[in-house]
Amino acid sequence: MDLFMNIASGICLLVGSFLILTGGIGLLRFPDFYTRMHAAGITDTLATSLVLTGLILQNPDALVILKLVMILLLTLLISPTASHALAKAAIRSGLEPMVKEQKDNQESK
Amino acid sequence: MIIAAIIAIFVVMVLSIVRAIAGPSLYDRILAVNMFGTKTVLMIALLGFAMGRPDFLDIALVYALINFISVIGVLRFSKSYGFQQPDQQPEEHQ
Amino acid sequence: MRDTISLSITLALFWLANSGHYNGLLLFLGALSVLFVVYIAYRMDVIDHESQPLLHLTAKLPAYCAWLIKEIILSNIKVVKHVWLGKQSIKPALKTIKSNQVTDMGKVIFANSITLTPGTVAIDLKGDDVLVHALMEEDIAALDSGEMDRRICHLEKP
Repeated sequence: MDLFMNIASGICLLVGSFLILTGGIGLLRFPDFYTRMHAAGITDTLATSLVLTGLILQNPDALVILKLVMILLLTLLISPTASHALAKAAIRSGLEPMVKEQKDNQESK
Repeated sequence: MIIAAIIAIFVVMVLSIVRAIAGPSLYDRILAVNMFGTKTVLMIALLGFAMGRPDFLDIALVYALINFISVIGVLRFSKSYGFQQPDQQPEEHQ
Repeated sequence: MRDTISLSITLALFWLANSGHYNGLLLFLGALSVLFVVYIAYRMDVIDHESQPLLHLTAKLPAYCAWLIKEIILSNIKVVKHVWLGKQSIKPALKTIKSNQVTDMGKVIFANSITLTPGTVAIDLKGDDVLVHALMEEDIAALDSGEMDRRICHLEKP
């Protein structure tokens, strides 16, 4: 049972790290602000949940689990609010999102 | 595994600092700083486990809240703050 | 009055869960801080039926959360694929869609769920119109009067 828990938590932590790395690379690779926001969204939702789940599986202490769950819930509640405020401020300041049609893209090449 | 996760988060923190320095617009920078903050929360929790001191989770909890408030605070300094009432909205872009 | 009492109980439970120390002085200070926060909330005039919205949603919320988690995992896989494929594979789009919810709470849950699933972000909410930016154009089409909308409409029915 203990071994199973350790393996499950290891898998959660590894997949979470991979998703976090993907989000960081997306933050650098994507072309404009609004698409970068989606890349940051990956690291805020599933990656955070997986890393914290991996930590929950490692520790049997009830108070520690409660605090980890609280961090998870706070992150899941806060991150959409923050990105909504950011996106709304950006669009109101006149930052145009890059909307490209697939055809234009092929013609420009 | 915890060490691997800490290294991954460290790399991503460096990447988001690169974006915060390079970012063409103000909002790119705020986004990068916000992401840096959320990764710091995870980093503190993981470091607490790696050093065998789960008390660090309290600090992570507080840091999550401070990070959110600081993002909203920085947005407030920009002219186009996101949470204003509709009648106080600044002029749309000319 | 009912909302004030339920807010105080929630705050007290939150304090007890976070503290972990239970001697006389700390319990007294905790009770003091709960009273102070309730007083601030009362002065800010934010205690109403919306300060404890989960009370009447509790029964239906777990099924919706399970569906939302499934949806988050699926769209995460999609966005991860596009990050590694590079910027030629994405087709960003900006569009206004209609939300069919009646209550404010339903609209907020709808917009937050859109933002929580990676690949779509709700930018603006005016009346019934939600301005959505998506990484792929077809994601918006799936949102417009899609399954998420229907499920939240079901959620807000008493």
